[in-house]
Amino acid sequence: MSATAPSLPFPLSNEQAQRVEDAFSDLDATQLQWLSGYAAGLAAGAVTAQTPQAAAGETWTILYGSQTGNGEGIARRLADDARAKGYTVAIKSLADYKPSSLKKETLASFIISTHGEGDPPDDAELFHEFLLSAKAPALNTLRYNVLALGDSSYVNFCQTGREFDTRLAELGAERLTPIVECDVDFQDASQQWADATFDALPTPSNAASVVPRLRAVPDQPTFDRDQPYLAEVQAVQRITGRDSTKAVYHVELSLEGSGLHYTPGDSLAVLPINPPALVDELLAVTGVDGAATITLGDEAVELRSALQTRLEITALSLPFLRAWAELAGDDWLKNVADGNDKDALAKLIDSHQVVDILRRFPANVDARSLAGSLRRLAPRSYSIASSLDANPDEVHLTVAEVAYEAFDRPHWGSASTYLGRRLTEGDRVAVYVETNTRFRLPENAAAPIVMVGPGTGVAPFRAFVEDRVEHDAPGRNWLFFGERNFDSDFLYQLEWLRHLKQGALQQLDVAFSRDQEEKIYVQDRIRENAEELVRWIDDGAYIYVCGDAKHMAPDVHDALRDVLAAQRGIGTDAAEQALKDLRQQGRYQRDVY
Amino acid sequence: MSKLSDVERIKSDSGNLRGSLSESLEAAITGALADDDTQLSKFHGIYQQDDRDIRAERKRQKLEPAYSFMIRARVPGGLCTPDQWLNMDRVATRYANGSIRLTTRQAFQLHGVIKRKLKQTVAGINQAMMDTLAACGDVNRNVMAPPLSPNTRVYKAVQTHARELSDHLTPATGAYHEIWLDGEKLPTPDVEPIYGNTYLPRKFKTAFAIPPQNDTDVFAQDLGFIAIVEDDELIGYNVTVGGGMGMSHGEPATYPRLADQLGFVSVDDHLKVGEAVVTTQRDHGDRTNRKHARLKYTIDDRGIDWFREEVAKRSGVELQPPRPYTFVANGDAYGWQQDEDGAWHYLFFVENGRVSDVGERRLLSGLRAIAELGTGEFRLTPNQNLVISGLDDAARLEVSELLATYGIINSDWASALRLNSMACVAMPTCSLAMAESERYLPDLVTKLDAAMRDAGLEDDAITIRMTGCPNGCARPYIAEIGLVGKGPGTYNLYLGAGFAGDRLGCLYRENINETDILAALAPLFKAYATDREPGEHFGSFCIRTGVIREVTAGLNFHGAVA
Ligand code: SRM
Ligand SMILES: Cc1cc2nc3c(=O)[nH]c(=O)nc-3n(C[C@H](O)[C@H](O)[C@H](O)COP(=O)(O)OP(=O)(O)OC[C@H]3O[C@@H](n4cnc5c(N)ncnc54)[C@H](O)[C@@H]3O)c2cc1C
Ligand SMILES: Cc1cc2nc3c(=O)[nH]c(=O)nc-3n(C[C@H](O)[C@H](O)[C@H](O)COP(=O)(O)O)c2cc1C
Ligand code: SF4
Repeated sequence: MSATAPSLPFPLSNEQAQRVEDAFSDLDATQLQWLSGYAAGLAAGAVTAQTPQAAAGETWTILYGSQTGNGEGIARRLADDARAKGYTVAIKSLADYKPSSLKKETLASFIISTHGEGDPPDDAELFHEFLLSAKAPALNTLRYNVLALGDSSYVNFCQTGREFDTRLAELGAERLTPIVECDVDFQDASQQWADATFDALPTPSNAASVVPRLRAVPDQPTFDRDQPYLAEVQAVQRITGRDSTKAVYHVELSLEGSGLHYTPGDSLAVLPINPPALVDELLAVTGVDGAATITLGDEAVELRSALQTRLEITALSLPFLRAWAELAGDDWLKNVADGNDKDALAKLIDSHQVVDILRRFPANVDARSLAGSLRRLAPRSYSIASSLDANPDEVHLTVAEVAYEAFDRPHWGSASTYLGRRLTEGDRVAVYVETNTRFRLPENAAAPIVMVGPGTGVAPFRAFVEDRVEHDAPGRNWLFFGERNFDSDFLYQLEWLRHLKQGALQQLDVAFSRDQEEKIYVQDRIRENAEELVRWIDDGAYIYVCGDAKHMAPDVHDALRDVLAAQRGIGTDAAEQALKDLRQQGRYQRDVY
Repeated sequence: MSKLSDVERIKSDSGNLRGSLSESLEAAITGALADDDTQLSKFHGIYQQDDRDIRAERKRQKLEPAYSFMIRARVPGGLCTPDQWLNMDRVATRYANGSIRLTTRQAFQLHGVIKRKLKQTVAGINQAMMDTLAACGDVNRNVMAPPLSPNTRVYKAVQTHARELSDHLTPATGAYHEIWLDGEKLPTPDVEPIYGNTYLPRKFKTAFAIPPQNDTDVFAQDLGFIAIVEDDELIGYNVTVGGGMGMSHGEPATYPRLADQLGFVSVDDHLKVGEAVVTTQRDHGDRTNRKHARLKYTIDDRGIDWFREEVAKRSGVELQPPRPYTFVANGDAYGWQQDEDGAWHYLFFVENGRVSDVGERRLLSGLRAIAELGTGEFRLTPNQNLVISGLDDAARLEVSELLATYGIINSDWASALRLNSMACVAMPTCSLAMAESERYLPDLVTKLDAAMRDAGLEDDAITIRMTGCPNGCARPYIAEIGLVGKGPGTYNLYLGAGFAGDRLGCLYRENINETDILAALAPLFKAYATDREPGEHFGSFCIRTGVIREVTAGLNFHGAVA
């Protein structure tokens, strides 16, 4: 069939071609991929080639605020389904949405995650500020609902979603369906929310002539949490020196034959296998028999293997704490888990792992109640540290091992020790790509970029620079890196020095906090380089920040603000605004965790 | 005409040894210096090295090599006050790897100083009126002179002359103070009266010796002064030229060479003659090939007579025929000795010159304690050993007690063979090492001691020296047993050298490992024990009994394996 294809004349009229181009211009790889499937579907006659009639009446506005792409994915799927059902839909990122137009809306769905410590995702920052401010208008004509994305291992679970939901009601809007708060495995909950939404809406007038629901007919498989790709381990190499205070590993996985595609800035989700030693410890502490059979969903599994691969046995989560408070019959814990003492809860989550709780609040449990109390094991994200074009069929990660002493016992992280210590060449790891359209190299290959990536935050920048080298991008590159000790912790030092020598890196500034009396961090280097940095920004530089969300990202933000204020002789607020503008223009992007 | 070696370009572009050293020190993204600066730093007594034990591991970790620096501090004549010793100790424990290395040229070396600490370290060394300038590089190196002589007046005179010559030949550049001691840059460009702006074609080495001891191995030096004494008075020197050890495996054009006698000069002419030798080499030495640039090759290329005339012309000094003298040994005379003036000196063995605290022999702490007494003098010997000098009877008692307490007394532990052993640094710091040396020789000696005991030779002195490569830093070609690294675990074995450092050894076995070394030497020890003539040394024995060919000159050093 394809044999004849080349002989065909260009099938579109100029004007059609133009429209296609316009339509596709702002789509990313995944969206295009989907569309290729859609087109294939149309061509294959899967649907009548006529596009759905716009639903008579109102437009349904779907707004999302999403940092790592989960919410955006849900929003897009919802929009597809809605269109397929004949609704007239407008879907927008809150970043591109003019807050003032909110009062004109009559029907809106908000899909919003929470980041930082109960903060909105970057692209929703301005809207969130506006919504909670006194400037927010009355919204008596608006019907809305909210899907909140979050992670119950954070104290401020789904904070931003909750704020949206209550505030919109305060402003007089009518709640279409109750808020749904999704934990890390959001698929089911978000689908139920979507169904509930459709039930609450009148079927559109032209439902008859509706295009049956379309899914991408993928020319390459798309993997996700339920169907991960089993990638073969090519190499696991510790890349911190022998005297280092921390273990960081460079992990190379093979994508050979998977058809998996990723873009620098994306993350790779890894489905970990918990430390066997920790599983034993858990069984020992609870005195439960690992061979006992339990049920997950409607599946019967041996407890030991469930603890190994299916259940969260390291990081704490609210549902677990509540469940365990019940089992242990401990009022203090119950009170804390119910969120009546946020400080205590925060302390607990920061300092304890599951096994510490089991020890501290003994309970008489059996296999079922133990398994029942534990949250489903969540995938862990790792910023992809390689460029696919530079390393065909490979994906590289930079993994910092979580291993520490607490309560006089060794403690391990699940995924980081799995990747760093328990995997060997030839093993297979369950992974899938998490697209992150919010962390992308500039379209314009000539634009300069400034990368701030201390610690494992440097990972995506390895991919960025590799990619720019691979494509001979003329843009200048500047990296700020920081760690504890120069001698042992300068991640990928040889590569950076090579890039510098070969002109692929124009500037490299490093801060090693523990090599001298006073601590020095990347934000200090940023301040030292104020003049040059602002010159780069004036030359149109894009700023990228990756790594620690708790301290680094805010400190770097303040440094950037102060640098702008000082160099441009403007006030702090004006500088803040300047950063917001940069963020709006996509010239200040963050991938922090 | 063939093109100048790259180091020549670096020297002349360097602005009297400045280069971009200051910038290199600032660069925080690497522990190394810029390539050219690694050549220049040597003139300042600083060598860039890396920990070779973990070189491969670091590469896998995508980290640059574990760079650190070796710093060499000059100690003309090996003389050092207790305060200077304490200062070196402080610097070593604070910035370096916690040990002090005494070298085969009576100098100090510190290892493992990282770039960030380099300036403090050099400054620290200078605090005690000691410097590292010209400890390395294409200039005159640390001038050696005997640490001891029964005749105090002669000893003092020779030490003074050595110091004068050292000062006279020290580069004049202000770069050193500028870079390391934050001295301000002089507006006027420095002039190097003796060296000129491209210095010498290669390193240059000078030593004084007082017969009958040849402890400074005067024949291994580019320039040597053999003290001639008549009626207990120093009347002048036999000047020697063209000695050197270094060679390269498989390159017969390179070879160790013993110095020729240039002639006798009276006491007050040594400076003039010394300078003339240096300037002749400056103008006629080979600047195109670093492996052919030492004075020894200049002389073999042009002939000793030409050289003698040239020196006479330049110095205006008429060189008389050499005077008679005798050397008995190139090792050290160990133990307590008292000089004419009644002062006590204790010369003791420091295995391979490494001063540190290991097991029951706690040299570092012991010497710290002794230095803190504040009496006498610390003298570094050319065999990597140490003398505690100039003690009165009371001090002698205190010192002997401390020596005992810290387990530093030779006779308590070291065999005659060990007392005459010497190894270069080699692994893991030396970038040129092909095999272990300092870390290995002590074990090998323990095994050889057994063979010596079997042969009944436990009290017989045989000189044994090992180096990790053919450069010959421990002067192995003038040790009766010379072991020169060829590859990991394998060595070339040289025999037949003179016990007084007056004859080169000859290749006996090539590329052999420990088993072969022991197998080769054990029978020779036995034969030596039974067949030697009275007073005959092992080296001479090997030649007389035809074990090995006699090497009569550097040019016939490379011969068929005997
Ligand atoms: C420390 C010392 C050996 C010891 O165990 O004490 C030493 C150590 C080194 N020598 Fe040496 N040499 C040392 C005395 C010698 C001697 C003996 C002497 O001078 O009486 C020689 C043989 C005499 C001669 O110069 O011919 C010697 C001949 C060399 C050579 C070969 C020179 C030649 O022209 O053939 C090199 C390599 C070079 O210069 O290219 C060398 C180079 C080196 C270097 C700096 C390696 C390098 O260039 O990167 C070694 C540093 C190793 C380390 O990690 O410390 N070293 N070196 C001695 C320091 C003396 C001092 O205080 O200045
Ligand atoms: C978008 C994104 C990108 C990321 N990129 C990277 C990356 O490139 N490289 C990388 O290494 N990580 C990255 N991470 C973090 C990574 O996803 C994991 O969170 C991290 O590896 C820890 O996972 P783990 O399973 O090993 O630890 P877990 O099993 O989750 O265990 C962590 C538990 O240990 C506790 N804990 C951890 N340290 C201590 C301590 N010192 N004291 C007390 N308690 C402690 C925590 O509170 C938590 O309970 C990224 C995260 C995100 C969201
Ligand atoms: C750095 C970071 C901080 C987070 N903080 C919170 C939080 O405070 N509360 C919460 O409920 N979820 C928190 N989460 C979890 C995210 O909300 C969750 O992963 C969500 O699925 C992300 O959706 P998105 O990809 O659309 O942004 C955090 C996630 C990250 C990476
Ligand atoms: S002899 Fe060779 S190995 Fe030994 S110190 Fe000298 S250069 Fe290094």
